[in-house]
Amino acid sequence: METPLGQVRGLGSAHEGAGHWWHERMSSIATLLLGIWLAVSLFRLPSLDHGVVVEWLSSTVNASAMLLLVVSTFWHIRMGLQVFIEDYVHEEGNKTFLLLLLNFAVAIAAAIAIVALLKLAVGGSAV
Amino acid sequence: MHRNPARPLSPHLTHYRWGPHMLVSILHRLTGDGAAIVGGALLVWWLAAAAGGPEAYASFVQVATLPWLLIIWIPLSWGIIQHTLSGLRHLVMDIGAGYELRANKAMAVATLIVSLLLTALLWVYILGVI
Repeated sequence: METPLGQVRGLGSAHEGAGHWWHERMSSIATLLLGIWLAVSLFRLPSLDHGVVVEWLSSTVNASAMLLLVVSTFWHIRMGLQVFIEDYVHEEGNKTFLLLLLNFAVAIAAAIAIVALLKLAVGGSAV
Repeated sequence: MHRNPARPLSPHLTHYRWGPHMLVSILHRLTGDGAAIVGGALLVWWLAAAAGGPEAYASFVQVATLPWLLIIWIPLSWGIIQHTLSGLRHLVMDIGAGYELRANKAMAVATLIVSLLLTALLWVYILGVI
């Protein structure tokens, strides 16, 4: 009889044990930089009225930065909420269901935000 | 798992004297997960409303500027600021720095003071402008 440890000993590391940790840090730094950009941009806008916001997001640079912000923010949100679920939900079935729900919710939210941004970037002046 | 009851257990949270590092640690989790859910939803709503046209945007503004919603906006803004500052603290500790008791405590207290200050400044600015 072989223990689980004995079965894997000597096979080497999967080299992805720190993957989640690294993605959480990387997305935190990206979100920080883009968040500062967003805060400064919003302060500099004359108002947050519809026309002003639409014109601001119709610029290629602003739309691109906003798209990157959406991607890095929702990636970071996904990483963080995953840890919350894994730390506090111990029943395997509930945990699997909540992680599935989290991934779906984040994907849907990011998709809506990105499609909205593309509409503004491509047809912003038409609105 | 077998456990020998004669062996001592590792002391858990309630055995330690409460310190600012513990408060900042749990606040990092609470503010992060709170801002993720509330802030994430609001970000999507704002962008979708902007793309939806003037009427969709007007209804977003109408709801977002309801005075009683400051109960959400002010804690949300503080949460994002606090999470950012305690996140920077974590990045410092990730490179192996700031573990000396005095420095660690000072950093933890600093995130709390600066986040409250920045939140106050932000809302003085916003409410002053409106």
